[in-house]
Amino acid sequence: MWDHGKFERNSILLIAGILFVVSIGGLIEIAPLFYLENTIEKVQGVRPYSPLELAGRNIYIREGCYNCHSQMIRPLRDEVERYGHYSLAAESMYDHPFQWGSKRSGPDLARVGGKYSDEWQRDHLMDPRSVVPESVMPPYRFLAEHELKTRDVQALLEANRATGVPYTDDMIANAEADLLAQANPESEGAEAVAARYPKALVRDFDGDPTKLTEMDALIAYLQMLGTLVDFSTFDANSKDNIR
Amino acid sequence: MTHLHSGERPATPGVLIGGGIALSLAIMGSIVAARYAHDSGFAAHAWIFAAGFLAGLVWLVRRYANGIPADDLTPYADGVVRAGVIASVFWGIAGFLVGLIIALQLSFPNFLYFPDLPFTNFGRLRPLHTSAVIFAFGGNVLIATSFYVVQRTSKARLFGGILPWFVFGGYQLFIVIAATGYLMGITQSKEYAEPEWYADLWLTIVWVCYLLVFVGTLWKRKEPHIYVANWFYLAFIVTIAMLHIVNNLAVPVSFLGSKSVQLFGGVQDALTQWWYGHNAVGFFLTAGFLAIMYYFIPKRAERPVYSYRLSIVHFWSLIFIYIWAGPHHLHYTALPEWAQTLGMTFSVMLWMPSWGGMINGLMTLSGAWDKLRTDPVLRMLVVSVAFYGMSTFEGPVMSVKAVNALSHYTDWTIGHVHSGALGWVGYVSFGALYCLVPWLWGRKQLYSLKLVEWHFWISTVGILFYITSMWISGIMQGLMWRAYNDFGFLSYSFVETVEAMHPYYIIRALGGALFLIGALIMAYNLWRTARGDVKSEAGAGSAGLAPAAAE
Repeated sequence: MWDHGKFERNSILLIAGILFVVSIGGLIEIAPLFYLENTIEKVQGVRPYSPLELAGRNIYIREGCYNCHSQMIRPLRDEVERYGHYSLAAESMYDHPFQWGSKRSGPDLARVGGKYSDEWQRDHLMDPRSVVPESVMPPYRFLAEHELKTRDVQALLEANRATGVPYTDDMIANAEADLLAQANPESEGAEAVAARYPKALVRDFDGDPTKLTEMDALIAYLQMLGTLVDFSTFDANSKDNIR
Repeated sequence: MTHLHSGERPATPGVLIGGGIALSLAIMGSIVAARYAHDSGFAAHAWIFAAGFLAGLVWLVRRYANGIPADDLTPYADGVVRAGVIASVFWGIAGFLVGLIIALQLSFPNFLYFPDLPFTNFGRLRPLHTSAVIFAFGGNVLIATSFYVVQRTSKARLFGGILPWFVFGGYQLFIVIAATGYLMGITQSKEYAEPEWYADLWLTIVWVCYLLVFVGTLWKRKEPHIYVANWFYLAFIVTIAMLHIVNNLAVPVSFLGSKSVQLFGGVQDALTQWWYGHNAVGFFLTAGFLAIMYYFIPKRAERPVYSYRLSIVHFWSLIFIYIWAGPHHLHYTALPEWAQTLGMTFSVMLWMPSWGGMINGLMTLSGAWDKLRTDPVLRMLVVSVAFYGMSTFEGPVMSVKAVNALSHYTDWTIGHVHSGALGWVGYVSFGALYCLVPWLWGRKQLYSLKLVEWHFWISTVGILFYITSMWISGIMQGLMWRAYNDFGFLSYSFVETVEAMHPYYIIRALGGALFLIGALIMAYNLWRTARGDVKSEAGAGSAGLAPAAAE
């Protein structure tokens, strides 16, 4: 029999053996995802988040929403009927980090965009049980009071670009202006936001036009979730889309 | 290491000068970072770092002001292990308490949420709970026991002089940074890897030092062979380093700000995260605690490990197969099908090495089964292995796609995790702590074996409440989600399924409360033991069950 004693007498050999053995699985499973072309479907409509949506997404992350809400609809009959078309890999390709979640203490949010009005979202975030009496969700009234911090928004886009998100120079240069304009439809920059970020919703999200709050950003993010891909042009059975 | 003669006035130790300079620079650097921070969270963390380094400096000066202390000259470095034991008990109770609080929040949302206090929300407290129990409690147990075991099985003092203390102190600082970060909303949102980039860098430094201490001690060993428990500790330390570094690769938005952007995105990030996440279970919560099993069960039962050959097969097959299992967290998602299938296949295969290890642990009691009646500490250790067997059977079942379609996203997963966490990790840790405190504080026995009995039974009932309520609520919710009525419509709205879980959430919270009460009893018992108290009890072990004198 092979002499295991060699490993037991030599700590370096033991470490080398461990490292070799634990590397194999990850290399075979993860590495191909970076070069196999059919990992991510080629679909129309997915774009980087607008600065306001990205700021809202950071609040979603900060408050730990992912602890209770998934953003990943599985291709099962009941899920597709309850939440909409199953999630595509392409839809989260610009998510650094991903927000697929692992637990549904609350419903999936992958396609929550446009399902409820801004007013409902605000009321629900302020006091969930005022609109859904059985809910176990925490209240987020403070979001409507906290002004959104805009410092570093340009650096935020640049950091995203460093990881591969295709923000253009134009988007980065106008990051702060776009962020302010998206929540203020009367402003000069409102049209430019919609041009740079197709389908971006430009309006005052929290119903308080006097200030730009964290509530504005979070609702802007929630209202665009799952709305980018036009599924009337997506052929789920095409060979290119089966993985 | 020089031995001092009595009456000789020692020179100022080099460690005081070197450590003092390093810590002073670190304090100044932290204060500068706090001054120029881009956000209040980063500033708060810079101040906490400064305070941590200052505490280290004060400790260093007090320890070495009068030369080398006696603690540095003992054959084994046990001071740092004692500190680790105290930290384990402290963080354990803190982590269980936060778990109870968030369980109650889900049971009584009208009473336990505060709309203007963001840090009290479930979303921020849940990572606090998971990190506190896994990394603060579990991590301290692993560091303390590994320091104890590697010295005894190598017949050598810990390597690195002051370095083990740096590992201990640096790890506590990481815990405080992580915990306060969650409360302030500083998170990467990757489960069990929530701390931001600077905390990750700090942990990397601490972890490399930990590896150095551990391997350095192995190099000093006077035994020709490395004992099996140390293989598992080594696999745990090395693999966690690999997982931690890869999963936390990120681009900071600013070097003076708390926010970073993950290097990987979408599907690649998802699989990297669950490759990490599942192996945090596999290597932190399994391999590390198996090392505890391989040392403390033979020691307590006074029997050799059942099978040397099984140990070898167990070790290599476990660490090889575990690393593949991550994709079972992503069944039916946008992860490519081939990766899901691989993950499922290896997860099912994982059942075998897991049970091989369980058999090796349980059969170590051959010829000593009678001790289960008289020694509640050994019983705790053995029941932990039984829970390990149960949850490593349940895991492969849940990794099968057809089962996972039902169980995923539900409380069944939460129940599964807790049968492993409370039953396996908790009990094997408690068993080790009950062994260690009398050994480390030089006491003949525990303060009270009866209190160990109380701890055992109260927390066992708690665990059963917990996992059975989560089985019911999880399977029920999964079935309600997919239920159709006669007209072909979905039978239940989402919120109806939430409402249906209410009674089970209360039972779960009750289970958690019992588990916490058990841990408090343990803390009291260990504290009295360390003080040297012994409670006079009729017969050792459980009353009425004590065996008649064998002679």
